[in-house]
Amino acid sequence: MAVIENTTMKQKARRRLNIWDSPWLNPKFLIGASIILLIALFGALGPLFWDTELAYTASSPTNLPPMWVEGGSAEHPLGTESNGRDMLASLIVGIPASLRVGVIAALLGMGVGVTLGSIAGYMGGWIDHVIRTLADSTLIIPSMAVLIAIASYIQFPDTTMLALVLAMFAWPGPTRLVRSQVLTLRERGYIRMALLSNVPPLEIMFMEMMPNMLPWLAASLTGTISGAILGATGLEALGLGPTRVPSLGMIINYSMTSSALVRGMVWWWLPPIIALIFIFTGFFLMTIGLDEIANPRLRGYKNA
Amino acid sequence: MALPTEGHQEDLCCYPEVRMGGLTKEYVLQRVSMWLLTIWIGVTLTFMIPRLGKGDPVSVVMNRLVQQQGYVENAQQIIESYKRRFGLNDPMGVQYLRYLGNVARFDYGFSLTRFPTAAWKMVKPALPWTLSLLAVASVLSFSIGVTVGALMGWRKTPGWLQSILPVSLTFTSIPYFMFGILIIYVFAFKLKILPATGGYSRDVTMGWNTEFIVDVIRHAILPLFSIVITSMGGWALGMRGLMIGVNNEDYFLLAQAKGLSPARIFFRYGIRNAILPALTAFALGLGGLIGGSTLVEWIFAYPGTGYVLYRSIVTLDYSVMQTICNLIIIITATGVLLIDLLYPLIDPRITFKKSTSS
Repeated sequence: MAVIENTTMKQKARRRLNIWDSPWLNPKFLIGASIILLIALFGALGPLFWDTELAYTASSPTNLPPMWVEGGSAEHPLGTESNGRDMLASLIVGIPASLRVGVIAALLGMGVGVTLGSIAGYMGGWIDHVIRTLADSTLIIPSMAVLIAIASYIQFPDTTMLALVLAMFAWPGPTRLVRSQVLTLRERGYIRMALLSNVPPLEIMFMEMMPNMLPWLAASLTGTISGAILGATGLEALGLGPTRVPSLGMIINYSMTSSALVRGMVWWWLPPIIALIFIFTGFFLMTIGLDEIANPRLRGYKNA
Repeated sequence: MALPTEGHQEDLCCYPEVRMGGLTKEYVLQRVSMWLLTIWIGVTLTFMIPRLGKGDPVSVVMNRLVQQQGYVENAQQIIESYKRRFGLNDPMGVQYLRYLGNVARFDYGFSLTRFPTAAWKMVKPALPWTLSLLAVASVLSFSIGVTVGALMGWRKTPGWLQSILPVSLTFTSIPYFMFGILIIYVFAFKLKILPATGGYSRDVTMGWNTEFIVDVIRHAILPLFSIVITSMGGWALGMRGLMIGVNNEDYFLLAQAKGLSPARIFFRYGIRNAILPALTAFALGLGGLIGGSTLVEWIFAYPGTGYVLYRSIVTLDYSVMQTICNLIIIITATGVLLIDLLYPLIDPRITFKKSTSS
């Protein structure tokens, strides 16, 4: 057994001519990851260089255009809006807030999804049937409608609460994914071997199966994060998000309710949209990159 | 622990099982119960979660009103009378059953802002706008997306096409409504070639005259555009993967070996076989599409349910809000049910597997 493994390893090493040939060096994945890293750095390092208190109402003069337009000043490089918030400070505060909601919701959803999915795939029988049916129904429910109905009653006190509610819709995708993966994996030789050797089920799940699902799980995670951010931003844009913390969606809400479009205040509505486009595009590229890593077929014909 | 032995199953486990026959009774029953279950979970969530927190809806609404307007006369009495009126002092179980009954009869009481009008009456005139916008948008985005994706996954697609097609995926990750804001700015405010908001101009008489129809279409272009451009990439990506899979199938290679025309191979052998899982993905994505279009309607002030929903959020009209949210849940679930029921008719090989795995 060990000898066979050894020779195949050597063959693999020979075929992979250099370390740059790794599937993890997928350009889409790398570009996406760097976009997200840059955006996150902007939010993380911003407070060191700029006063985040300026993101709150009446901290600055109102309706100042950006510094490169006539009438703008270097004190507020990206301008200010009608309630006296500095746009640069709003972005510095808003970007991490939006990212945080997505990450918390997605991690929770993934946790539930991996647990339920492996239980369903592993146990089979009626448990599998119940979990599968629940996941399928939840997947169909338009989360936006339920979220709006919920948010209209309970004013979300902070982003964590919002993330918790969003997580309720984040689990079915990972559940279906893990379940189908477990179903195919458990027919493999090494899993059967482990079963025969009486390895405890949890160890099989986490030590034998999980490493093989890694790229799928990663793709699912990035996809879920961007889905959660989409939900949160939608709610905030409608004015139903947590009002204490400034977020990107809230900037859009303020600008739309103050008809910034008609008033030609491009510097008000455009920056949060650009930031969000970068965030969504980054996660999207990461997701399809990871999909290609997980599923070599998707890499197309050039690399085949 | 003994594992029950079972063969490989693909992700779309609950759909395909090769068996002869069309719509069987089990399949229809299964799908209809799924439909009921989905609606039940959705409306239960909207009922339960607000009540997990402190207080009842009426007090919450009243507190918000007090917060917004500073002071409401006799707030406590109003709360009490509303509680009695809506039976909010009853045990939770009784309230829940009554709520389910109301959902089934589609009775959501009266609009809070225009009191004597029923909530349903406020929503009804908006429905045709939303349904037609959604129908056109989803059909366009799905058919364009599937064609683009299939071309991207097809080995025989000309190289120049292969290289320009991915451009169509540029906007895929942008939320519909944000793309909507961008194109309002470009097409309505900068280029001034299309109307920015609304469903029709005020100076046009409503009715079946050409002027009105052209006007409605002109107003619908931007909202449609913002949904179609941003949502088609998702279908395209999925279809690409499916088409790549079909490329290697024996029947596909045989069709090529027989020298059939490329168009025939592409449509009859490629798309026709690859499209079924894409259709499932479409059914599952319907909820996101409808939710996203709500925000698009808000941005464009389009006279559909999404805009009514936004108005009701601003004016704290909770019964109208509840009506629309439940309506969206029901419409989505019904859409999925219809696709599921059409599924076996499109591909006669597939009927519902009689849950042998359970």
